[in-house]
Amino acid sequence: MTDAKDLYLRQHETFLANGGSVAPEWVQQVRRAAIERFGEAGFPTVKEEAWRFTSVDGLTKQEFTRAPGAASPNEARLDEYLIGDRESRIVALTVNGRYVPPSRHPAVPPGVIVTGLAAAVGGEHADLLQEHLAKYARPDGSPFAALGTAFIEDGVFVHVPKNVVLDQPVQIVHYTVAGPERVVTHPRTLVLVDEGAQATFVETYSGDDDTFYWTNAVTEYVIGENAVVDAYRVQRESGQAFHTAVSHSYQARSSVYSWNAFAFGSALTRNDVHAVLDGEGAEATLNGLTVITDRQHVDYHTTIDHAQPHCNSWELFNGVYDGRSRGVFTGRIIVRPGAQKTDAKQTNNNLLLSKQARADSQPQLEIYADDVKCTHGATLGPIDDAAMFYLRSRGLGEVEARNLLTYGFGAEVLNSVSIEELRENLNALVHARLDR
Amino acid sequence: MLKITNLHASVGGTEILHGVDLAVDAGQVHAIMGPNGSGKSTLAQVMAGHPAYEVTQGSIEFQGEDLLALEPQERAQKGLFMAFQYPVEIRGITNAYFLRSAVNAIRKARGEEEYDTIDFLDVLDEKLEAIGWDDSFLNRAVNEGFSGGEKKRNEILQMAVLEPTLAVLDETDSGLDIDAVRVVAEAVNKFRSPDRSTIVVTHYQRILNYLEPDVVHVLHEGRIVRSGDKALAVELEEKGYDWLRAEVAAG
Amino acid sequence: MTTPIEQQVNKAYQYGWETDIESDKAPVGLNEDIIRLISDKKSEPEWLLEWRLKAYRHWLTLEEPDWPNVKYGPIDYQAIHYYAAPKQQKRLDSLDDVDPKLLETFDKLGIPLSEQKRLTGVAVDAVFDSVSVATTFKATLKKAGVIFLPFSEAVQEYPDLVRQYLGTVVPHTDNYFAALNSAVFTDGSFVFIPKGVRCPMELSTYFRINAASTGQFERTLIVAEDGAYVSYLEGCSAPMRDENQLHAAVVELVALDDAQIKYATVQNWYPGDPETGVGGIYNFVTKRGACRGRNSKISWTQVETGSAITWKYPGCILQGDNSIGEFYSVALTNNFQQADTGTKMIHIGKNTRSTIVSKGISAGKGQNTYRGLVKIMKGAENARNYSQCDSMLIGDQCGAHTFPYIDVRNSSAVMEHEASTSKVGEDQIFYCQQRGLSAEDAVSMVVNGFCKQVFKELPMEFAVEAQNLLAINLEGSVG
Repeated sequence: MTDAKDLYLRQHETFLANGGSVAPEWVQQVRRAAIERFGEAGFPTVKEEAWRFTSVDGLTKQEFTRAPGAASPNEARLDEYLIGDRESRIVALTVNGRYVPPSRHPAVPPGVIVTGLAAAVGGEHADLLQEHLAKYARPDGSPFAALGTAFIEDGVFVHVPKNVVLDQPVQIVHYTVAGPERVVTHPRTLVLVDEGAQATFVETYSGDDDTFYWTNAVTEYVIGENAVVDAYRVQRESGQAFHTAVSHSYQARSSVYSWNAFAFGSALTRNDVHAVLDGEGAEATLNGLTVITDRQHVDYHTTIDHAQPHCNSWELFNGVYDGRSRGVFTGRIIVRPGAQKTDAKQTNNNLLLSKQARADSQPQLEIYADDVKCTHGATLGPIDDAAMFYLRSRGLGEVEARNLLTYGFGAEVLNSVSIEELRENLNALVHARLDR
Repeated sequence: MLKITNLHASVGGTEILHGVDLAVDAGQVHAIMGPNGSGKSTLAQVMAGHPAYEVTQGSIEFQGEDLLALEPQERAQKGLFMAFQYPVEIRGITNAYFLRSAVNAIRKARGEEEYDTIDFLDVLDEKLEAIGWDDSFLNRAVNEGFSGGEKKRNEILQMAVLEPTLAVLDETDSGLDIDAVRVVAEAVNKFRSPDRSTIVVTHYQRILNYLEPDVVHVLHEGRIVRSGDKALAVELEEKGYDWLRAEVAAG
Repeated sequence: MTTPIEQQVNKAYQYGWETDIESDKAPVGLNEDIIRLISDKKSEPEWLLEWRLKAYRHWLTLEEPDWPNVKYGPIDYQAIHYYAAPKQQKRLDSLDDVDPKLLETFDKLGIPLSEQKRLTGVAVDAVFDSVSVATTFKATLKKAGVIFLPFSEAVQEYPDLVRQYLGTVVPHTDNYFAALNSAVFTDGSFVFIPKGVRCPMELSTYFRINAASTGQFERTLIVAEDGAYVSYLEGCSAPMRDENQLHAAVVELVALDDAQIKYATVQNWYPGDPETGVGGIYNFVTKRGACRGRNSKISWTQVETGSAITWKYPGCILQGDNSIGEFYSVALTNNFQQADTGTKMIHIGKNTRSTIVSKGISAGKGQNTYRGLVKIMKGAENARNYSQCDSMLIGDQCGAHTFPYIDVRNSSAVMEHEASTSKVGEDQIFYCQQRGLSAEDAVSMVVNGFCKQVFKELPMEFAVEAQNLLAINLEGSVG
């Protein structure tokens, strides 16, 4: 697919020649290194092990252009995504990848920064950005991370300083207004949570209904010693959209990170999730719930890198597949030499609601230490007939019984959502999909 | 209650503690703070008798006895409890069963009558009520599938049931969110009494906001370099351990 | 320095003494004459001799398999006595006629046979080398309609029943050792539970190898007719010898409609010298159950603590719709022991289910391999399998290996699997000690907790025995 690659290499030249070039030298360097890397790698093919079950041909056959900046989102729609009253909450919004400052400054505790990435790059915290931006989701890890970093321009920057406990979530919405154009956006998020701080994040990805676009998102969470981070990621893209994403987290000693992803929309989603446990006693939880149908395709490619001893990780990915949809889960766990006393547990459950639906599950354990506990489990199959019969014998109709069992499957993941309002919203979304 | 004199200890041939002196009176809460690698956990492990650590010099006297002469289980039977930094998992053995085995082993060593299952459940209920926790941990296997925070809470639950005279909490506050820190601290406060002592080993000042320590010690490169009241912890938190290093270097 | 774990794991084998009893042995070696001799000693009907000879001729065409993950020197099949029996003429109806030395032997093994001392609720068939010496509670069982006899007696008394089922689950062509067993098997147990009968007590066979240079080749056949239920347990041990002795048994189970068979094994053959690895039993066994009927269920539980080498895969052929197969296993390898064990679950019928729980414990230089096959055939609609495979390593010179094979040919199947490897170390023991427990109690707590899912499948009396055996065989290995 050299054509597609060349297309974006050319677009990158144009990007640099126009507004994109207005950035400090270090940003320019980051972009140049990334586009070079993308130029070498190009788009992946199914011949590559990591892309065996997901073809991006549908994406490379199209021509996407960089989304224009000036666009207004559907306000009512935004309210639907947000928890609580927008005015009093901490909200960071991007439209087509550009940060849209709120009309009123959000009520954040002193020292906490929630702002646009472009503004931050040129602002007083430029040194923090220079230290962290694109340092974790590295371009050599994924061609999509490379492309996103090559086009780095704006997005959301959050910094929670030492020992600050945020009592409400930071809500980040990345919205695409495509109109009749086929556009690509590269929404970027950088979150720094310092030592002893505690914060919750809700990222939502969406766009206008029935429009055709490509979101290529890169998020980096940098979590300091003894910090606690709860992150939620809700993917509600248009049913025609492509969604490629890299979600990276990097944890220091004794930190606790939980990442919960919900995928409902898009024609194709590929999310590379990479969690690095780089401090003794750190703990990471990755959860995912996918509920899709028709010809939708959702692929979670997770890597948990146990780099230090005494770290724990838990993964629970449940998928419900109807129609001709397809789910892919890869669970790679690396236990580095010396990362003794690692405890890693991985579970992937796949429920196939139709004969045409398909799911592939691949655990990959790479263990280079000898005193570890790694558990992985996978299930794949249709609804249990015995359970169906049991519910029907209690008076439930076939559809109700089926929905209840399916919902129970999702509830396993939904129950771990600690923000009540968000849990209710997600519940409603799952129910809405089941009732169709 | 506890008297540590000129304690030197090494692990794998490397000396970590270079002469620690510490005296804890009955009823007191002491905090031992220090940067990573300063020897805090080593000190806790040596007190409990972990076989990997070798005491090369010095002594530990616990309630008038030579603690170092005792096996780990004998120390426990004499009333020493350590809350582990990394609590260990025991599959297939419920907390309730584990605790009963432990309580009975301790009672047997003291020449007291062992509890049967029924009596022990009553004892457990009483302890749980005292710290205001429910019994959800009891029928789960010891630390199996527990999150880091749950494991730490489970250590505190065990402490409450075993009723030690000296409890050493080894970084029990690490990896806990702020609510869990509070819950743990409250349980420790309820445990306080004139004949019990607690040593809180910690890297962070945060838990001390809820614990009111009598004495705060700073451990640095295997020695206690400074002792003071709670203000010392606050100062450390503000200025960081680098400040301390500079101070120590300056003498 | 030996650690507490090591001390725990390395206590000596307790059943290694020998009974001084004169025995009647077939000449060493294997040929058609030896087979005729065995058949003659057992006064077998002609068809059975022919069956043996056919198996022998087939065996001659086979090569010894080399795919298991175990290492051992060549076995000289011509250096083995294929028949050995204590010199005590005929089987007699009364225990009073049994050589007191034999009764004493079984007493010492904890299997008292005499009227006054025998285990309540458990009928025992005691097999000493190639023959059965006594079977308890025969009359009680007979009253209930249950047949529980030494194999050689069953051939005399119920030839048609034996002939109907023998070799139908494990044909002589199945594998090298099954062919050998079919040619030379000497004794074993035969159990038949007629339609609708729930066997009133546990049945148990205890195998004792005593004579030197002999092999043990027993054959067990259990048939449960429609709606029948039986729980059966086998135990075994052998004296300490410097030679390796071969134990190549075959067990066949048949469950018809709504029948249920629980088969438990507590295997404690001599494992060889703990220091040098010299001697010990080669335990090469073929065990298989056929769930022929609808709603039938076969459950294998094994606690494998002995033998120099264990090589067995008790399996289930789930032919009847809604039939269930289960496999619960604890395999311990300490010192120089090797085990390559697991199960085969073949799903043929609709709505068939299987459960596999395997717990491997490796200590010393022990090597432990789990090898399992779950096969879902095309017609097996809605088949389900749950597999759990856990390994525990004690010390750093042992090994655990896992080879799960899954072959699914029907898309409605639901497959679940879990696997883990963990190491018991100082930290676990220290944690328990810090709570006041002794190192010994700590080790036994950790190991028993690990094996709990399997032990709870054993009948009560034997669960305790299994726990003790495990503790004995683990003695001295903890550190």
